[in-house]
Amino acid sequence: MSSIAEKVVAGDIRTVARLIRDIDDGMPEVREVLKELYPHTGNAYIIGITGSPGVGKSTLVDQMVGHLRQRDKTVGVLAVDPTSPFSGGAILGDRVRMQRHSMDPGVFIRSLATRGHFGGLTQSTRSAIDVLDAMGKDYVLVETVGVGQDEVDVVRSAHTTVIVVIPGMGDDIQAIKAGILEVGDIFLINKSDREGADKTVSDLRLMIEMDQKKYEEGGWKPPILKVEAVFDKGIDEFLEAVDQHAAYLAKTEGGLDFRGNRNKVREELREMVKARLLEEALDRLTKSGEFDRAVELIVEKKIDPYTACEDLVLPVSKQ
Amino acid sequence: MPLTFNDKIFDDIQKGKERWEKELRKAFAARPERLPRFITVSDREIDRLYTPADVRNQQYMQDLGFPGEYPFTRGVQPSMYRGRLWTMRMFAGLGTAEDTNKRFHLLVKQGQTGLSTAFDMPTLMGYDTDSPKARGECGKCGVAIDTLQDMEDLFAGLPIDKITTSMTINPPASVIWAMYIAMAEKRGIDRRIIGGTIQNDMLKEFIAQKTFMCPPVPSVRIITDTVEFGAKEVPKWNTISISGYHIREAGSTAVQELAFTLADGIAYTEAAIERGLNVDDFAPRFSFFFNSHLDFFEEVAKFRAARRMWAKIMKERFKAKEPRSWWLRFHTQTAGCSLTAQQPYNNVVRTAIEALAAVMGGTQSLHTNSLDEVLAIPTEEAATIALRTQQIISEESGVANTIDPLGGSYFVEALTDRMEEEAFGIIDKIDDMGGMLAAIEKNYPQQEIADAAYRYQKQIDEKERTVVGVNKYVTEEDIPVEILEIDEALESLQMEKTRRIKNERDNARVRACLERVGDACSGGKNVMEDVIEAVKAHATLQEVCDVYRKVFGEYRDPGIY
Amino acid sequence: MKQQKRRVRVMVAKPGLDGHDRGARIIARAYRDAGFEVVYTGLHQTPEEIVEAAIQEDVDMIGLSSLAGAHNYLFPAVVQLLRERGADDIVVCGGGIIPEDDVEKLKAAGVKAVFTPGTPLDQIVKWVEENVSPRS
Ligand code: B12
Ligand SMILES: Nc1nc2c(ncn2[C@@H]2O[C@H](COP(=O)(O)OP(=O)(O)OP(=O)(O)O)[C@@H](O)[C@H]2O)c(=O)[nH]1
Ligand SMILES: [Mg+2]
Repeated sequence: MSSIAEKVVAGDIRTVARLIRDIDDGMPEVREVLKELYPHTGNAYIIGITGSPGVGKSTLVDQMVGHLRQRDKTVGVLAVDPTSPFSGGAILGDRVRMQRHSMDPGVFIRSLATRGHFGGLTQSTRSAIDVLDAMGKDYVLVETVGVGQDEVDVVRSAHTTVIVVIPGMGDDIQAIKAGILEVGDIFLINKSDREGADKTVSDLRLMIEMDQKKYEEGGWKPPILKVEAVFDKGIDEFLEAVDQHAAYLAKTEGGLDFRGNRNKVREELREMVKARLLEEALDRLTKSGEFDRAVELIVEKKIDPYTACEDLVLPVSKQ
Repeated sequence: MPLTFNDKIFDDIQKGKERWEKELRKAFAARPERLPRFITVSDREIDRLYTPADVRNQQYMQDLGFPGEYPFTRGVQPSMYRGRLWTMRMFAGLGTAEDTNKRFHLLVKQGQTGLSTAFDMPTLMGYDTDSPKARGECGKCGVAIDTLQDMEDLFAGLPIDKITTSMTINPPASVIWAMYIAMAEKRGIDRRIIGGTIQNDMLKEFIAQKTFMCPPVPSVRIITDTVEFGAKEVPKWNTISISGYHIREAGSTAVQELAFTLADGIAYTEAAIERGLNVDDFAPRFSFFFNSHLDFFEEVAKFRAARRMWAKIMKERFKAKEPRSWWLRFHTQTAGCSLTAQQPYNNVVRTAIEALAAVMGGTQSLHTNSLDEVLAIPTEEAATIALRTQQIISEESGVANTIDPLGGSYFVEALTDRMEEEAFGIIDKIDDMGGMLAAIEKNYPQQEIADAAYRYQKQIDEKERTVVGVNKYVTEEDIPVEILEIDEALESLQMEKTRRIKNERDNARVRACLERVGDACSGGKNVMEDVIEAVKAHATLQEVCDVYRKVFGEYRDPGIY
Repeated sequence: MKQQKRRVRVMVAKPGLDGHDRGARIIARAYRDAGFEVVYTGLHQTPEEIVEAAIQEDVDMIGLSSLAGAHNYLFPAVVQLLRERGADDIVVCGGGIIPEDDVEKLKAAGVKAVFTPGTPLDQIVKWVEENVSPRS
């Protein structure tokens, strides 16, 4: 094993931090390290936390870390914040809510910026999870950016996907129905200290139960729980629900092993292949100068963009 | 004044103005106005001319009235500065209690008429000097107070039965106040006689100043304990100084300062009423604290609007019957954030303009910043010039000869109305959110202030806003000024003093007292008597605050940027 | 894994009990608007907490902001801890109310630059661009 992989497995914080940076920055060298780390992955339990901006995801993660630590579990956190489309910069603000754990050697927190990636996560998140997994964290918590409806990439990477909503989001709940309801394993009504929590619970229940058929076939019926993250209320019950979901998963194909479940493997591999193909093909076309030549031809009105595209893609895809 | 005009005249004036502006525009075609936008410090656009038409809706008796009469636009006291000048109250505190005591004696000797105490960071945050969190901070930003002994040393030889004392302290306000009361009683002075102010305004801490300890709800609970205790036991004490100063210094606009401060006042009033207190029993003990920034007219208008708004809020919203409950009495400090490190002597001029605005706005007391504001806490010389600035304004300039001298200025009256309207708009918004506590939880005021602060900074950077000596009229050579340095060795001396007291006191008694404070906290009994007993037994500031932290939990910075 | 340009990652930190955060938050925004990724710690951080967070976040620079006079203890403590953790490749700069004499002391202790009031934001950003290179 390379010394980097060895240090990661030994839990060396600096090495882990720098490796995640290299992954994030798209350095090709990391591929070899990730291959070496692969045999050491598959042990962490991964929880994805998603929901609209400001619903309390970071506060919740902070409390989850506290409770998991009380259970003597080690925890890794990946918190994603949006990159400004104007400047390309980002203020990574999730960490502030979790900063009290920074001196705890059993906790590793890393902020990531979307860098133009859609879906609520970063391009690098899946691999970063593997790194935290390989370093031996019992749990990896992934906080997505405050997302709208269909940005739920996190489902693909998490054992349990938690959807956080707040009371009084009446219309919003209507809005989230399609995309999110299907992927939520647990629904949390955070800020239940506010008015309308019970109403939100019953609204949600109604919508979930419309999906009756799924449960009749022995599917997982997502629990709807009230929590008050900022006051540390309801977190234990919530973590119990996570345990139950884990127990349910253990009985499905592949169990808790992502890479033992055909559907999940198929999806992950498809994403990886897509990204890699795109990258390599574009790279080649750019290096050979074909790409720029095509641009010139279009500008000089010698060719239309549709034909130009075909001329570029067909030879590549035939190989 | 407006009353003498009828509608026809207003219309004529309006038409006249339009005609005049058309003429002007021709002139501008040849030579345009100096700036694309004429803006205030708060980024408000100002018209080139104000006329009676701009205040056509103002009714003199209803909207302005007479000083000392509702709605107090022109002043809270009938005689204002012709009766008594404002209190010149310079904020001071440095090093140990003994060091600050020396500074207090000096200020009194120089004609200062009230004391104002600045505490150091550990004290402000509820830590003793020997806490690991306090390393490197002792005495740097004010005086270090750990125990009752420090409080006694701080006021040694000062006539606390005659002079009033203001103490800028927030999360540990109940403890510091208890120490002050205990100190007075040890000297044989009745608690019903002593007068002064504790800042004790936690809402603006979450919004702006950021010395916090417990979460908002229990913080307001402790404050309400002090309000209740004051109303019953210490009747001459101002138990809260509802502060806009910090809000403004954190970067807000003038209207935001006005709105957020009064919204805080509304929240405290509601809490005390909920406690079962009668509004007229406590409201007269609320005082206010505002900033005076460089935009002279905007500041004067702000002070006038604040008085009228609070009178309306108390009378109409809370149905207070006592005229004293309607009074908005306020302390003012000139704007520290308007001062510059470059060419520091310019700061004397800036401060003079700001102080003048505070006086024209009818302040009850005033702190003027020193020319070395941006460098360190003030030297004696610098603080003296700042005090002299007030004395020159009050006794040489003649501005205190008549009451509300800018009342009736079309511009100032129009601005006063406009700012009131906008501030009430913000207060409505906060009411809709469920009040200030809920708004703070949503980080609403914090975010608004952060945005305003960034905008202001960008305007300076882009030279849309001039700061003399910083982005215009810059000089290369450094103008040397003396800087006050706080000796790093104080820390160990102070630690030693506190340690000695901890060793010598009756520790079993301290433990019992602290337990009672804890019971009061969790049981809902007013904490004040138990805290007074605890500090009399030489419990330290942090020991009492640790009880608060344990029972109520700790608040952490949400980091709104 | 698309090869991206390395982004500059910085941390803006508030050490000690100091609550003056107007400047720090403005600096954080200015860095963001310059295209950096900025981790803001929030207030009331110990030097230990800052250093640990900086390592986990793999930032290229820590910017410390202090206006309450405890910089002579807090800034060198951060530099020292970075050394102890073998992370002294992370550049430390700072700003706030720092008397001129102290600026020299802090630089001698390993703080690379100190920015005092009145410094334009673009100068502060430019310094990072010229003195902090994203790790290669
Ligand atoms: C605004 C202000 C406040 C506000 C703060 C609001 C807030 N949330 O920030 C309020 C009113 C609440 C306040 C309170 C206090 N204050 Co004050 N305050 C100021 C003031 C007037 C301006 C500071 C400011 O925000 N300037 C505007 C910003 C944009 O500038 P800046 O922070 O300096 O940042 C610039 C540079 O310094 C640099 N920079 C700063 N940080 C960083 C970081 C990095 C990484 C970089 C690259 C650059 C950089 O870049 C910026 C742009 O040029 C200063 C005096 C002054 N004029 O500087 C006193 C001052 C800092 N305060 C002081 C004191 C004593 C206090 C109190 C302790 C008073 C007391 N005893 O009660 C309290 C404590 C509050 C607390 N919680 O810590 C003293 C500190 C003395 C000292 N260091 O020796 C000062 C110097 C005033 C004085 N002369 O007495 N204060
Ligand atoms: N009243 C109440 N407020 C809460 C609760 N949980 C979190 N908050 C507050 O909600 C605000 C937002 O919390 P965050 O944890 O930053 O929310 P987030 O979903 O991570 O936000 P983004 O990452 O910006 O999308 C903060 O002010 C929290 O204190 C709760 O249970 N009750
Ligand atoms: Mg978050």
